[in-house]
Amino acid sequence: MTSAWTWYVVALTALNLLGCLWLLRGNIKRSPGDPKPDETGHVWDEDITEYNKPLPKWWINLFYITLVFAVAYLVWYGVGTMKGYGHWSSRSEWATDKAAEDARLDDTLKLYAGKPIDQLAKDPAAVSIGRAIFNNNCAACHGSTGHGAIGFPDLTDDIWHWGGTPNRILETIQEGRHAVMPAWATTLTAQGGPTAVDDTIAYVLSLSMPDQPKDAVARGEKLFAGICSACHGPQGKGNQVMGAPDLTDSYWLYGSSKASLHKTLSEGRQGVMPAWKPVLGDTRTRLVGAYVWTLSPHKDAPPAGAVVAE
Amino acid sequence: MVGVEGSYNDKVVRQFAVMTVVWGVVGMLVGVFIAAQLYWPALGFDVPWLSYGRLRPLHTNAVIFAFGGSALFATSLYTVQRTCHVRLLSDKLASFVFWGWQLVIVAAAITLPMGYTQGKEYAELEWPIDILITIVWVAYAVVFFGTIAKRKVKHIYVANWFYGAYIITIALLHIVNNLAIPAGAFKSYSVYSGAVDAMVQWWYGHNAVGFFLTTAFLGMMYYFVPKQAGRPIYSYRLSIVHFWALIAVYMWAGPHHLQYTALPDWAQSLGMVFSLVLLAPSWGGAINGILTLSGVWYKLRTDPILKFLIVSLSFYMMSTFEGPMMSIKTVNSLSHYTDWTIGHVHAGAIGWVAMISIGSIYAMLPRLLGLPKMYSIKLIDTHFWLHTIGVVVYIASMWIAGVTQGLMWRATDPENGTLVYSFVEALNATKPYYLFRLGGGLIVLAGMLVMGWNVFKTFRLAAASTAPQPVLPPNAADARA
Repeated sequence: MTSAWTWYVVALTALNLLGCLWLLRGNIKRSPGDPKPDETGHVWDEDITEYNKPLPKWWINLFYITLVFAVAYLVWYGVGTMKGYGHWSSRSEWATDKAAEDARLDDTLKLYAGKPIDQLAKDPAAVSIGRAIFNNNCAACHGSTGHGAIGFPDLTDDIWHWGGTPNRILETIQEGRHAVMPAWATTLTAQGGPTAVDDTIAYVLSLSMPDQPKDAVARGEKLFAGICSACHGPQGKGNQVMGAPDLTDSYWLYGSSKASLHKTLSEGRQGVMPAWKPVLGDTRTRLVGAYVWTLSPHKDAPPAGAVVAE
Repeated sequence: MVGVEGSYNDKVVRQFAVMTVVWGVVGMLVGVFIAAQLYWPALGFDVPWLSYGRLRPLHTNAVIFAFGGSALFATSLYTVQRTCHVRLLSDKLASFVFWGWQLVIVAAAITLPMGYTQGKEYAELEWPIDILITIVWVAYAVVFFGTIAKRKVKHIYVANWFYGAYIITIALLHIVNNLAIPAGAFKSYSVYSGAVDAMVQWWYGHNAVGFFLTTAFLGMMYYFVPKQAGRPIYSYRLSIVHFWALIAVYMWAGPHHLQYTALPDWAQSLGMVFSLVLLAPSWGGAINGILTLSGVWYKLRTDPILKFLIVSLSFYMMSTFEGPMMSIKTVNSLSHYTDWTIGHVHAGAIGWVAMISIGSIYAMLPRLLGLPKMYSIKLIDTHFWLHTIGVVVYIASMWIAGVTQGLMWRATDPENGTLVYSFVEALNATKPYYLFRLGGGLIVLAGMLVMGWNVFKTFRLAAASTAPQPVLPPNAADARA
């Protein structure tokens, strides 16, 4: 913005405010020749007339006050490239407020810095902060109770696609994850004919629900061994290193309906967990991890503090 | 029997008056439905054209431009004839304005649920409809100003200043804000981008409030309040000061919709200070109306029409006090994006705009039909109480909901500096007030249905063909050669 534009805005503003002042002052006193206050001059539509009573005193003063305030405010806060006498800007106001909040937050967070999440999970104060962070950042996908949704894992069960040890959970939160299920329709059909996708689904379902058509399961098993086992393992138990889900449990990330499984196998899926360390920093991701840790029963968890090979 | 030239064109006025009631019921019904959706989200039934995002603009467009617009066309075309002592410039053009505007409304009612939108609040309609609006509006301006030009009195009555300012400004706002490059029959891209687009939009948006929903309805007030009260307007001088101040200052207030955004700080400051300067000019109109009643306050006991008109002015004063306060940056940082804004808008829309319109229609309709009064005065009183109670319930529940949201969103834990509540917790805290809001809306809608019945019965009372009313000769002293 050039100073010419600034002067243009200042001039327009001044013109408008002075115009109001002129208008107000010009009508406080009755001009000679105008009707008297209780006189009704013209008549419209038989009976519509007008008095010419003086402007109410309090109203005139209200108008003056707002005009004076307007000028004072603009002088203090500035117009265009002309900085106000108060040196205020919304950016500096935000920066000051943020610095104050950050300082307070630093005092709070330094108590928890660098601690493992299962240890923090035993401190109710840490879990309470973690819950607040979760609700404001994670709940949008995982739900306010952590039960997840279609495509967003349930955090309250004991199923961990990328590993359920404290360090693996923290890594998931801090660095994010990107799970890729490729689209298999073409490959499957080439190897197993037009029913290949359905056959594979029948086999996959039979791992947790044995009551599936036998011939389809048999055909599917072969296809699974040739293609799917590379990631999901020969028994379909999954692989936590690459986030390939265990297919023998009863949890289905994208739903267990045939239609959904068909879409998963034919078109593939992309599961993305964003990296939160750049957003929240190290300690806050640990605190949210501690809260997440408390949501799960950890039946298979190693005793706290044990060294786990990963 | 008077000839056509010697009578008023009341046909177009009657048409618009009836459609005011019809669109009022429709617009408020949609409002009640989407209020229910906010409480029971399943009411969307997974049908795209029943989704909240599509019906909400239908509701706002229906109440502002269909209900409010029809009321303004009806009363302005009535007032301009009566106070100019002359028939409308052209019956054909007036008829075109009526049918053209109805076509705009129907086109809006079809395209908005289908999802066609420019994504600009109160300017959602796509470019072909915008062009139709422009044509109808120009025709309206020709009829209105043409009638003023051939008036039989020397002085232009104050109501016509307000209607005139509204017609000119809406044309300007509509055209500038809707400038867009079409990209298909129902798709276009605004010629503005970024913060400039936002500023143009809210320059339009706030002046739609300022000129469509305020200036024009003040015109309505300046005719129907003195007429119904049988008293002279309080002060001619006051009307001059507040008219010019109002139309000059409103133009600046738009940036207060964009406080603490990417808009430059100084533009936000200007929006705020001019909103505060607007307080006195806004109240000038209200006190000129209310003080017109001095000496006849007793009439409020027996005349529910006058109650509608005067209570509407009270809501006008209240919301034009609330508005400047909400434009103050500090207050705005709490109120913005909350339901407080929704409450404020409805204090203006169903408090001020709807009540002055309803009162004016009740006052005008018997005169249009050659009847001494409406079918039932008692039902007008019933409507008055239903409407007033409904508005108060609505506004109060949105105040509580809005302030609750504002406080919960910003609450940080003093112990550890983290945010205390998540969004969904604030939503949960607001939920009961959504039910109260629905209740308030239902009461207002019930009142509109009472009005519909009363209007229907009044039409039944009227003779099959209403005799044209002769143009009154102007007062000899005021006559224009």
